[in-house]
Amino acid sequence: MSPDDLLYTKEHEWLRINGEIGTIGITDHAQKELGDIVYVELPKIGDRFDVSEAFGNVESVKAVSELFIPVSGEVVEVNQELATVPEKINQDPYGSGWMIRIRLLRKNETAGLMSAKEYDEYTKGEK
Amino acid sequence: MTVYKRTPLYPVHKRLGARLIAFSGWEMPVEYSGIAKEHTAVRTAAGLFDVSHMGEFEVLGPQALDLIQFVTTNDAGKLIDGQAQYSAMAYPLGTAVDDLLVYRHNSEHFMLVVNAANTVKDFEWIESHNRFHAAIEDITDRVTLIAPYHFTHGKVLDADAIVSRTGYTGEDGFELYFAAEHSESIWDAISETGAPLGLLPAGLGARNTLRLEGKLLLYGNDMDGTTSLLEAGLGWIVKLGKGEFIGRDALLRQKQEGVKRKLVGFEMLGREIARDHYPVVIDEQTVGHVTSGSPSITLKKNIGLAYLPVDYSSIGTRFHVSIRDRLCDAQVVPTPFYKRRERDSA
Repeated sequence: MSPDDLLYTKEHEWLRINGEIGTIGITDHAQKELGDIVYVELPKIGDRFDVSEAFGNVESVKAVSELFIPVSGEVVEVNQELATVPEKINQDPYGSGWMIRIRLLRKNETAGLMSAKEYDEYTKGEK
Repeated sequence: MTVYKRTPLYPVHKRLGARLIAFSGWEMPVEYSGIAKEHTAVRTAAGLFDVSHMGEFEVLGPQALDLIQFVTTNDAGKLIDGQAQYSAMAYPLGTAVDDLLVYRHNSEHFMLVVNAANTVKDFEWIESHNRFHAAIEDITDRVTLIAPYHFTHGKVLDADAIVSRTGYTGEDGFELYFAAEHSESIWDAISETGAPLGLLPAGLGARNTLRLEGKLLLYGNDMDGTTSLLEAGLGWIVKLGKGEFIGRDALLRQKQEGVKRKLVGFEMLGREIARDHYPVVIDEQTVGHVTSGSPSITLKKNIGLAYLPVDYSSIGTRFHVSIRDRLCDAQVVPTPFYKRRERDSA
């Protein structure tokens, strides 16, 4: 069961909205599919991305996966801890494994995102 | 729809909840409990691998050895009954058809173990050079292989088996060959006996990170029909003095003239991970690509193999790997990256 208070993308990122700030990470399903995460490449504070643009990469032992931003935003905070402890993404994907915080740039972009229930349905079908 | 072959251990992999992937036409386990965990188990305790996808041929007859000597580069004439050797097959230009293991049962009975991806190609290659009237049979589907240069015939749980002290992990290991029908009982018995000692079932993911640390080459990545065996650093299995064999003239010439590029091991100097196929850049020129690249789980570094011009191949040489259009620092290092230490046998 994915957390109820988040929104989800088809590419397995989650978004938590708090006023005009959004926190972004990858889902538990995604971290399980990737396996042991060993490296993450994140943007710099001030970088701006349009909805669905790639904002970084996450690497497991086996492969590299791109990260896509759920809504347009400007990066205001980056989880620096992941540079040295990327396995936090495996251990706590919705908590200390968060990746970036953004200031939302546009309204009404969340319509294309999934609820927890929809996401769980979606990943069941994907398997 | 693509139909993948399954090894006799497929039901076991399903039961263990392995993640399965397509590999060289086979549906194989890539991991059971996690690549890093399985890798570490092999380095510190033991791992159990299903490698039944490897191709096995039997070569029989009075001239079986003559055929093997003609198509392979190592000297199979040095083998005595019950010995095996690492060898290769070369094209006339000295490039690699495949690498393989040659087992001698007796003077008229040999077994060749080849890469899964090359089984059909290798069989046809050997057949096409069989002017020695040897009988060659592909027995891949009848044999289960789980991971010597010595080997012996024995019984494993009452099943006839070949027990071979070979492997592809950089550790001391054993490979067992037995009839497919015994697969599940033998796997389960080894698992149950080994589990209290830390043995884990291990998949292709760990097999790849382990073999790279040991600088054991992977056909299709680190060598192929475009790379010469000498460039790949396999001169030690090319026995130019053993008599005529395919590729000998070209390899002899290369040895005399020297090769222009060499397969080297490197380490990334930053935190970036070099992956297969990433471009290798020297003085702003792309001079090749990474043939195998991965995090090293044992050494906690990011390592890889690449062909470099011979002038840039000495230890300590710096170069760049282009990672998502950024030039990242790398340095040639001694190989193997990981060398097994003798363990206390207490």
